[in-house]
Amino acid sequence: MNPIWAHILTLVLVLLVMVTIAAGLIYVERRMLAVWQDRLGPNRTGPFGLLQVLADMIKIFFKEDWIPKFADKRVFVLAPMIIMMTILMTFAVIPFTPLISVINLNIGVLFFLAMSSLGAYSVVLAGWSSNNKYSLLGAIRGSAQMLSYEVFMGISLMGVVVMAGTFNLHDIVMAQHSIWYFIPQFVGFIVFFIAGIAETHRLPFDIPEAESELVAGYHSEYSGMKFGMFFVGEYLGITLISALIVTLYFGGWRGPHFLPPVVWFLIKMFVFILIFILMRASLPRPRYDQLMSYGWKILLPLSLLNLLITGACVLYFAPGH
Amino acid sequence: MLSNIRSMWLVFLRMFHKRVTVQYPEKKNYLPPRWRGRIVLTRDPDHSERCVACYLCAAACPVDCISLQATEDENGRRYPEFFRINFSRCIFCGLCEDACPTYSIQLIPDFEMAEYNRQNLVYEKEDLLIDGQGKYHGYNFYKVAGVAAGVKEKGGGDNEDKPVDIKKLIP
Repeated sequence: MNPIWAHILTLVLVLLVMVTIAAGLIYVERRMLAVWQDRLGPNRTGPFGLLQVLADMIKIFFKEDWIPKFADKRVFVLAPMIIMMTILMTFAVIPFTPLISVINLNIGVLFFLAMSSLGAYSVVLAGWSSNNKYSLLGAIRGSAQMLSYEVFMGISLMGVVVMAGTFNLHDIVMAQHSIWYFIPQFVGFIVFFIAGIAETHRLPFDIPEAESELVAGYHSEYSGMKFGMFFVGEYLGITLISALIVTLYFGGWRGPHFLPPVVWFLIKMFVFILIFILMRASLPRPRYDQLMSYGWKILLPLSLLNLLITGACVLYFAPGH
Repeated sequence: MLSNIRSMWLVFLRMFHKRVTVQYPEKKNYLPPRWRGRIVLTRDPDHSERCVACYLCAAACPVDCISLQATEDENGRRYPEFFRINFSRCIFCGLCEDACPTYSIQLIPDFEMAEYNRQNLVYEKEDLLIDGQGKYHGYNFYKVAGVAAGVKEKGGGDNEDKPVDIKKLIP
């Protein structure tokens, strides 16, 4: 096949599969939360309630798409697009298998960090343009949380980069042929995981949306498909962080040979998605100052220490020393 | 941190517990035989209405959901011209059943009476009247007490003496 067509096919495939998985997570999350709370969850629409996703989609598409009169219209419309766009762009650099990957970027890790930083704009602009106290409070919380957690998210990734000697996600997966990086980089893995939760503002770090305090935080004023985009964006974020954890720390598509690489990747990814949902089911939300001091006073020094020790070890064991 | 992981593990273990959800329309809960659900109006063994339109149920009702109008037939027997219960107000408390002197109002275990249209929750007398005698078989108010209203002779009730002829001297 013509390589350009093959490339476009891969692109469309990745886009469709990822958006479908993110939409399907709406069902998976409701069902799994129910399972962990002794309930049954949605089971009325179709076999096992699987058509619930379709019903939700139809519902949200036909809802009135209302823009408040007091909102800043253009920014209001732009904000939900940003979160979808930045996260979907990041999926481009993820190697699902040695062959299925949209782009083999030699700065893949940096690209992810840049895109997740841009994602903060979505929260800020949504809160600002809504012209609403609660939205603005949510946006301020969200920006502070995402900025501060991004710092050591990057630093915790550097341990992996130092060990693999490259920013390329393909090469990072290739470098894990003898040992998956979550064993030597366990501290980095934990820090990245926590930062990833904060980055997608999922529970327990859902402080920007905190229903009990801020109505719905930065997306209080959104309705219809614009709200749906924030919603799907959140699930895309979960999928992305899970995929990155798998790529960086759990050997990506590597696994025993009886299953194809893409299946291994998806299995590992879903394990982490389920852990995300389990955290939602079990952990309470910290207070805002607790979140901040936890980030700056514990996780940042920890990630710096991890980077220092990793660097020292790599230099000490490097050939020629 | 460790306590967080412990609570996550404990929540994970809930997966293997018994579900608390009851799949309602397919699987119904057990209702005790004396469960008080919606109201019916019963008939006496002669197949005529037990209700004498005394208004005691309407007076007892704490939410004022009962509305009726008394009238009399040619024998002087009282009965309700209309008898209307607004079930969107009714709280199934059973005070009307307690208040009823003729065992006419009785509560049956039926409570599944949801409607799409609220007006359909207003039940008229023909919706409320049932053909049977309910919980109290063989009871006929006019046979036991009360005025002669075409059911019995004067003094012909079950626990009544014959009327005394006050013109006679014999006791």
